[in-house]
Amino acid sequence: MTTAPSDAPAIEFDHASFRLNRRPLLEDLVLTVNQGETVVLLGRSGSGKTTTLKLINRLLEPTAGDVRVNGRRTAEWDPIRLRRSIGYVIQDGGLFPHFTVERNIALVPQIENWPQPRVEARVRELLALVGLDEDLAKRYPSQLSGGQRQRVGVARALAADPPILLLDEAFGALDPITRSEMQKEFRDLQRRMRKAVIFVTHDLREAVLLADRIALMEEGHLVVDLPVAEFSRSTNPLVRAYIEAFSGLPDMN
Amino acid sequence: MDFLQFMMTNRQQVLELTLEHITLAGVATLFAALVGIPLGILITRVPQLGKPVLGGANIIQTIPSLALFGFLLPAPWIGARAGRLAILALALYALLPLIRNTYAGIRGVDPSIVEAGRAMGLTDRQLLFQVELPLASGVIVAGVRIATVLSIGLATIAAAIGAGGLGEFIFRGLAMVNNQVILAGAIPAALLALLADFLLGQLERRLGSLRLKS
Repeated sequence: MTTAPSDAPAIEFDHASFRLNRRPLLEDLVLTVNQGETVVLLGRSGSGKTTTLKLINRLLEPTAGDVRVNGRRTAEWDPIRLRRSIGYVIQDGGLFPHFTVERNIALVPQIENWPQPRVEARVRELLALVGLDEDLAKRYPSQLSGGQRQRVGVARALAADPPILLLDEAFGALDPITRSEMQKEFRDLQRRMRKAVIFVTHDLREAVLLADRIALMEEGHLVVDLPVAEFSRSTNPLVRAYIEAFSGLPDMN
Repeated sequence: MDFLQFMMTNRQQVLELTLEHITLAGVATLFAALVGIPLGILITRVPQLGKPVLGGANIIQTIPSLALFGFLLPAPWIGARAGRLAILALALYALLPLIRNTYAGIRGVDPSIVEAGRAMGLTDRQLLFQVELPLASGVIVAGVRIATVLSIGLATIAAAIGAGGLGEFIFRGLAMVNNQVILAGAIPAALLALLADFLLGQLERRLGSLRLKS
């Protein structure tokens, strides 16, 4: 699935806000993600990170301001087309328990009516890409480990080769070793694929490892939006608090 | 065990009434499912209809069964054919478990799975048929099971309005004060109910294990 090259950024928040029953979950967000960039949304629970993500694939619509994908407001996109051009990975994969691994991965290509041989080839390609053995293809998610499920989740998100990827605490439920493996593999993948990626996490180390830029959020507001190197040097009190909390980090440059 | 003797002597009639009974309960449950399952799906999509639909089905259930059969008799095209009347009444009773279980089954599907499906760009129809219904199928079949067993039990009353079925024996036996005759109706009916419960329970278990794969 290719998108026509455009000068517009892949994702753009133009003073976007979201309120639920008068509670502001997100206020006046201004943020841009260009094709090829990985922006990490860092913040605590309730900071508005997941809300931000859901505004991109139109699971939510802004109550004020605009959210634009490839230059067009999400409200103007056909929601189905929009979502099929965005890969979405959540914690624990969100895999369909009644589908085999290969059927899970093949989901978007199949509903996009790809010819069957192409679907099968793509599934094999993706299994290799995320480092899974081909004979896992016929297993069910319940028969896989957490790490394997997460890889399937990533493979599924990449299946139709969307230009945009959204990941919501995608590695949060994994043990530290698997998590570290997944982070490094993902970073290598991203360097090769150059998609527009928004990665949500509350883990500063993960943010530093994966991000081109870090957008720190707190209580629905964007606090700072900085390239990784500048982030560690920022004097913003919340940034310092974060770095303190994760002190003992190896050098972040 | 004299009733066994009675059944042997009258086995032609026992068979006939059993088949009638199965037809009454079977057709009624089928109609109820054809209406109830789509209604159950509808109220998951349009929550405002939830209260009236479930409330309506609930009210029908509280009407005493013999009374419901009685209410429907005056209806012009129904009254003539007792069989049709019986099936309508039985189908009305079977509605509630079907609607309720369909609704509960679909709502019971892990919302993060449904959201993941929606986020990937599945249309509402695709979500329903590829995700929600398969994962809800165990609970929906449980509703069918309950409705079936209910219908088999209630179909005994059909005989009171001349629609046949194993209730014939029960009512006749009551009138004659003859236990053998009563049992010749009651026991097959009970066995039918147990059989249906068992078979549908097996199906339910098999479908339910799909959900447990998560």
